[in-house]
Order: sequence, then C-alpha cells, then structure tokens
Amino acid sequence: MSNRPEIVKLTLPVGTRDHAQGRETAAVTLVEYGDYECSHCGRAYPIVKEIQKRLGDRLRFVFRNFPLAEIHPHAQHAAEAAEAAAAQGKFWEMHDHLFEHQKALDDKSLKQYAATLNLDTTHFNRELDAHVHAPRVREDFLSGVRSGVNGTPTFFINGVRHNDAWDVEILMNAIERVKPKTGS
Amino acid sequence: MERSALDSGTPAPDFTLRSTTDHTVSLREFRRQPVILAFYPADWSPVCGDQMALYNEILPEFRQFSAELLGISVDGIWSHLAFAKDRHLQFPLLSDFEPKGAVARAYGVYREQDGHSERALFVIDADGIIRWSYVSPVGVNPGADGILTALEALIQRR
Repeated sequence: MSNRPEIVKLTLPVGTRDHAQGRETAAVTLVEYGDYECSHCGRAYPIVKEIQKRLGDRLRFVFRNFPLAEIHPHAQHAAEAAEAAAAQGKFWEMHDHLFEHQKALDDKSLKQYAATLNLDTTHFNRELDAHVHAPRVREDFLSGVRSGVNGTPTFFINGVRHNDAWDVEILMNAIERVKPKTGS
Repeated sequence: MERSALDSGTPAPDFTLRSTTDHTVSLREFRRQPVILAFYPADWSPVCGDQMALYNEILPEFRQFSAELLGISVDGIWSHLAFAKDRHLQFPLLSDFEPKGAVARAYGVYREQDGHSERALFVIDADGIIRWSYVSPVGVNPGADGILTALEALIQRR
C-alpha cells in the first residue's frame, strides 16, 4: 500500500442526516462507505457485525452509500431501496437484507424485500420507481469522493480514513488505538 | 535517474494518441477548457474500487467544470476498447503504445524499470498550462478529491 502515512479526513461530519447504530456519545464512530453489490462490502458486512458485537455501546456505526453504478448495475437502485426503507424507519433491516442477498438486487427482488420487511410496498415501490432518494445517495457518494474514498468498502474511524486491511483484528486494533483510554 | 512529473506552471506538452482503431485525440483539441490527464499503469486492475471506474462515476461533476477527462496507459487499442466496454467507461482511453510510453515520458511519469507509467494526474487549464499534478504510489488509487480541488482552484484564478 502507500509508502506515505497519509491522514485523510471525513469532510462531511456524522450528523442527523446519517443512518447510525449505537449512541451518539459512543467513544468510537466507525463510518463505512459501501456498495450493496460490491463483493468486498459483502465480506465486510459480517466483520462489522462482529466488531459491533465486541464493542457494544462503545461503538457507533454509520453507513453511507458509495455505489459504483457503472460496474455494479444494481448498486444504485439497491442504495435507493435502503433509503426508501429508511423513510419508513427500516434502514438497517433493509441494509442487512441487501447484504445477505447480494446476488439478487434487481428491482423485482428489491420490491420483494420491501414486502418481506413489512414495508408499505405501494409507497416503497413508488419511491423506488421515481428515484426519490437518488439525490440523497449522490450526496453520500460525493461526500465520499471529497473525503478521499477511492473504492469500497472505505472505513473512517472517528473521522480519519482507515488505510489498512479491514479484517476483524486489524480493524479492532485500529479502533483500540483511537479509543480514549478513560471510561470502559 | 527518473525524471519527476511536470509541475504546476509548465505548459502541457501536446500529443496525439489513438483512442480507437480509426480515431486519434490531440491535447490541442481541448484548448479553452480544462483537461484532466489520468495516467495509469494498466487496464484490467482487478479491484472493485478501480480508479477509472471511480472517475467514470464522477464525470457529471467534472463536466460541471467543463473539464474533459482522458485516461492514458501504454496498453494497446484493443485492450482499451475491451476494458472500456467491460467497465462501461464514458470517457476516452488513449493508447501511449508506439513509441511506447512517449507521452508518459514527456510528462515525466514513465517507469523505465516497469515498462508502464506512474499513476499520475495532471489538471491542465484552458490555456494549456499544467495547474496541478500528482503522482500516487502505483498501487494506490488516488481518488478524485485532488482533481476536484484543482478544478475549483482554476475557477478562482479567473
């Protein structure tokens, strides 16, 4: 990887616009820029779950969209589907469902997942077809571009880009390094 | 010794390279608009976060600056065409193929030891002057933030 120790920071701070799991007061905020159709992101999905399990309340996890739509034909719509689910208060349910069904992300499947998750499917389908959430997805994407996201998944730990590999132990070590020594 | 990349303030060397079997692209065609030159080592980088795929997604933002993006590597036309088709690239890939790497050399970004260019970026203004250049470690995708910042700076100069 890079020869230079490069510090790259998140330009759009985590805020109320974001989808977050965990407390705002958590010692560590982990942000992922991801793409539901990216196989690497699919591999990262259970890794993040494991880290959440290990750290519990001490971690807040935020997911932002970074669909590479030209190489992943369903990624943009999948991201919009997660946002449409968010509009009905079920972002994380859809986020998890999409990563657990990465191989089937066509529109028909997305609409089926909305039904599986007991969403208001009329509303969901209308929003998906009208690309209501496309601007929000683009906003996430561009915030990533301006923060030096160059591929997916890209992680930020307390606002600083994680430039290393992202298996459980490496991510845990990186998180432990930034975590304040006080508290638990 | 390797020469280093041409720096800001240097007139961008003109070139004419093939983009398809029967079409060439010259830098001088783009006077009066900014040009982004993205030299990269080779087609078919195996990762999802491929640099060219990323730039492909950011074309609308580049176009807001009226900027033209040109990808350049030493790969032949047939490789470029297959690569562009596979990744749905919506911008030209130029073939710095014969004499091999001549344009990369002119910009000071050819790696003699490897036989391909650096992963190097140049932002050239409407008058054909290089206003920003950046050489990334070969294995590191430099992203697009530097390009966008350089394009913003071009507007502020005027």
